[in-house]
Amino acid sequence: MRLRGDTAAIGNPGEFVNLRLDGFYLRRPISVCDVEGDVLTLIYKVVGKGTEAMSEMTPGTGLMLLTGLGNGYDLSLSGDSPLLVGGGVGVPPLYLLAKRLLAQGKHVRVVLGFNTADEVFYQDEFRALGCDVTVATVDGSCGVKGFVTDALPKDYTYFYTCGPMPMFRALNKAVKTSGQFSFEERMGCGFGACMGCSCQTLFGSKRICKDGPVLKKEEILWTD
Amino acid sequence: MDRLSVNLCGITLDNPVIPASGTFGYGYEFAEIYDINCLGTFSFKGTTKQPRFGNPTPRIAECTAGMINAVGLQNPGVEKVIAEELPRLKQVFHKPVMANVSGFSVEDYAFTCEQLDKEEQVGWLEVNVSCPNVHGGGMSFGTRPEAAAEVTRAVKAVTTKPVIIKLSPNVTDITEIAKACEAAGADGISLINTLLGMRIDLKTRRPVIANTMGGFSGPAIFPVALRMVYQVARAVKIPVVGMGGVSSAEDVLEMMLAGATAVEIGAQNLVDPMASKRIIDALPAVMDRYHINSLSEITGGVKNG
Repeated sequence: MRLRGDTAAIGNPGEFVNLRLDGFYLRRPISVCDVEGDVLTLIYKVVGKGTEAMSEMTPGTGLMLLTGLGNGYDLSLSGDSPLLVGGGVGVPPLYLLAKRLLAQGKHVRVVLGFNTADEVFYQDEFRALGCDVTVATVDGSCGVKGFVTDALPKDYTYFYTCGPMPMFRALNKAVKTSGQFSFEERMGCGFGACMGCSCQTLFGSKRICKDGPVLKKEEILWTD
Repeated sequence: MDRLSVNLCGITLDNPVIPASGTFGYGYEFAEIYDINCLGTFSFKGTTKQPRFGNPTPRIAECTAGMINAVGLQNPGVEKVIAEELPRLKQVFHKPVMANVSGFSVEDYAFTCEQLDKEEQVGWLEVNVSCPNVHGGGMSFGTRPEAAAEVTRAVKAVTTKPVIIKLSPNVTDITEIAKACEAAGADGISLINTLLGMRIDLKTRRPVIANTMGGFSGPAIFPVALRMVYQVARAVKIPVVGMGGVSSAEDVLEMMLAGATAVEIGAQNLVDPMASKRIIDALPAVMDRYHINSLSEITGGVKNG
């Protein structure tokens, strides 16, 4: 989905927007995939009635959204050759991150994981930016057969990731450096007021929408 | 007197609009978006004696014209609220604020209220005997008239500020509980807290909410809330603060006609962070449309059907 409007409040990669949809009481939080001038790109998967309604919208439709939500990734810790690991619908926010890191002259390696070749998206877009891209699919129908952890490069200075919890758990055990994870949770407001998306960390409770969605490896409290 | 102003338990509010506890934090998130000093006041996040993380997630489920929450009174505890949150709140809000208190025993309620009563900026104590999301506390005090009265008496004995008891709609006869609180010395009644609700995820066949059930709020509950405000306002002589699904200036007027002196805005703040300000801004024109000169004149003004 591409939207045109005031993008001034969008800062860091890893932030999200919260969309108001006709007929739905709560807004839909969607991560920012790319922002270029006044054009905002969002990539979402149809998982329920809200995203289904989004998929049926026609060009020219007006949407109300809150922008610039969440903390986003901290780029200052990346080192010279950061690793970006995306799983499924967790891939989109890494695109703007890769763009910004490349603009800083970093060597960006990207590992994208999917279940099957049919689900693979954006590998060409990452390559077009100038990233070193590896794809992994669980069934081996595209790229490396296996999980993202089977496709990690040997050397990298830091990592950034977004994806499902099982991938996070495996990745946390496999990575050799520090890094940042972007989490997902059902939200009420999306801007820190309702405490609907709180999680416990090693440094107290944090709101995924306001203090996150990005948490550093050192603060995450793994439950298993 | 300004045409929007009302008097709640001896304190004048510039207008009757009050963001409800649990939907407004301590005000800072909203102060980033607009100057919250336009509000009548707001009721800050429910405070307990001890710090609480609250319930596991998911805590939120969407419904038709509403939502369910099962946050479970997450808060840093009264000591930290006083030491850390209230000084920050003071930076962004310069009017008397409503302190919302919950507890798990009569002593808890009294302790927390006594501490907050000493805080200069606290104008009212809103005592929540109606949280549906905690076990062995909250709502269990608000479903029996004698228990609600006991909490009221204990809090009144150790405080000087007006005490408003926040009631649960999850009862057989809310007027009995309101009357018991009034007889025990309550200075006001606020209602309604959320309705106990539930959703099931058809794919997993599990409840959407980790805690199984939660509190249902949003525009869908407005008619239920309005009915209960009407019933309670006719049953007691103390001021009533109406809430439940209020999302427009028109809703505020209905609540006041039903008997509310002031009106709290809850879930709407979460889906539209500007909601409370928008409602205040819309009031004069909507009042004109219905030939209302001054808001304080319309409380309880509903005509007999």
